[in-house]
Amino acid sequence: MEKHMPKPDEYARMVKAASGRSKGWKNIPLAFLVGGAVCAAGEGLRQLYLSAGLSPDWAGAMVSVSLIAASALLTGLGVYDDIAKAGGAGALVPITGFANAVVSPALEFRPEGMVLGTGSRLFAIAGPVIAYGLAASWIYGFIFWLLNR
Amino acid sequence: MAKLLGRSTYIFDRPPVIRSFAAAGGGKEGEGPLGERFDLLSPDNLYGADSWEQAEMKMQRLALKTALNKGGLRKGDLNILFAGDLLNQCTGSSYGLRPFMAPYLGVYGACSTMAETLLLASVFVDGGLAKAAGASTSSHFCSAERQYRYPLEYGSLRPPTAQWTATAAGAVILTAEGDCPRIEVRHACAGIIEDPGVKDANNMGAAMAPAAACLLRRYFRESATAPQDYSRIFTGDLGTVGSALLYQLLARDRLDISGMHDDCGLLLFDRARQDVHAGGSGAGCSAAVLCCHILPEMLAGRYEDVLFIATGALLSPTMVQQGESIPGIAHLVHFHLARSGKEGA
Amino acid sequence: MAFFQALIKAFLVGGALCAVGQALIDYTKLTPARILVSYVVAGVALGGSGVYQPLLDFAGAGASVPLTGFGALLARGVRQAVAEHGLTGVFSGGLTAAAAGVTAAVVFGLIAAVVFKPKSK
Repeated sequence: MEKHMPKPDEYARMVKAASGRSKGWKNIPLAFLVGGAVCAAGEGLRQLYLSAGLSPDWAGAMVSVSLIAASALLTGLGVYDDIAKAGGAGALVPITGFANAVVSPALEFRPEGMVLGTGSRLFAIAGPVIAYGLAASWIYGFIFWLLNR
Repeated sequence: MAKLLGRSTYIFDRPPVIRSFAAAGGGKEGEGPLGERFDLLSPDNLYGADSWEQAEMKMQRLALKTALNKGGLRKGDLNILFAGDLLNQCTGSSYGLRPFMAPYLGVYGACSTMAETLLLASVFVDGGLAKAAGASTSSHFCSAERQYRYPLEYGSLRPPTAQWTATAAGAVILTAEGDCPRIEVRHACAGIIEDPGVKDANNMGAAMAPAAACLLRRYFRESATAPQDYSRIFTGDLGTVGSALLYQLLARDRLDISGMHDDCGLLLFDRARQDVHAGGSGAGCSAAVLCCHILPEMLAGRYEDVLFIATGALLSPTMVQQGESIPGIAHLVHFHLARSGKEGA
Repeated sequence: MAFFQALIKAFLVGGALCAVGQALIDYTKLTPARILVSYVVAGVALGGSGVYQPLLDFAGAGASVPLTGFGALLARGVRQAVAEHGLTGVFSGGLTAAAAGVTAAVVFGLIAAVVFKPKSK
């Protein structure tokens, strides 16, 4: 870098000042509203399934399946990314965000084929969540087994 | 033959003439401030193709074909063709330009490709290696997203510093001769890779601004000119963040271009109306602004001497994941409007 | 009345978990992918240590729908499987508990890939 260029740390400060701050004061309430709405919808479904006579475990599983189906539909219709644009983490953290992370590459990589495109890219984004979730459950299970032998 | 000034500024003896040019774009570009100036637009961004890559190939092919037609040339007339784009293996160019069967030299300069191909084509024409040379590039939002970022329908979050890859292609034909008034390429300057240590792929303006600043400063010194010698200076695509940083970096050398500066990333889209965050980007962005705004405005007599500095962030998604900082590049081309006969250079 | 109370509790707890995620995105250098992984792993830890169960009892879907709930579900699955099958349960419990969600995402993803195309932006 030439003489008149700032040192990297000085440039980093210039970049930070020029880049502006994320609008947390706006993003966080929006994430709360969107995420809360998804969870409230899930709770509505859960109450419905419970009143239909499903066991709590079954009702919980059916809530997940229903929300995943809804998210897959909205992703396919090209609406889910717009919801995420407004809701940020409110659309990412619920299980609907997990479904969006599986369905969106499934659509995107279709031109490369159902097997090597869609099939192999299905978990390109959601894979880490499954991998580390299962790894954590394995560690927890092993400790639980050791303690309860 | 071109002469070398300083480290890498070239002054052309027989300035190549811009024979013709054409731009193709997508839906968002058509709705932007330059929408009416495009030769071709595809509102669904597909150009009738089945995939985004195919669409980009077709878009660049149509831009070059239109430029050739406008210049009254046939595809057999091209002695050399320089082209590149953002995709792996330069898919848009190497696949898209196959039908021209022209001698082809593919280049990769990320978003700086338009200036890079113009520079190379100018050297070939000035040096007598080509009577007609083509320079062309493209970028496509959808093909770039799936290669560099996320699937289109994934709810990814864009920080305010992120830029929007333009769906656009531009092609320019340079010839040794041409009727006046005509636009000539008088100087060119090949840039040096500057890496200011930016690791954030969502802040490419910051990664490219030092390359543009160093290039401008060196070009003014080597060509013995000053910002005031030019009616307009266009950078592409620094966006809001990169433009602000460029002014700050140049101010350290007491250079002020703010009165005559425009950024291609801020001209192609209307930031207030179109959701593009810090501005447009992509190889096609500066190419389209060149063909839809800069060159037409020059031919209309509004600008006499123009500097076109296309900037590129030479990032690889693999290296971003490995935590490496982003190399920035910029290349410069000086256009001059020759109104009549032989003017002194 | 109890129905609406349940909805409000789910809304508040679920919304709060998402708001924390947004604050992490806006004010730390953590990428969204890392935040989601942390949420699941945190869910396993909280579920395994028994801290998450009261939240599930209180908020229902408000605690089970966010990814921390997915983690807690994995922890509960592995605990039940170990209790029933011993050491083999360590390997089978997590995936068994996650089976419905993962299978639904895969099947609906494949169906969507056949039916829909990504929209151009």
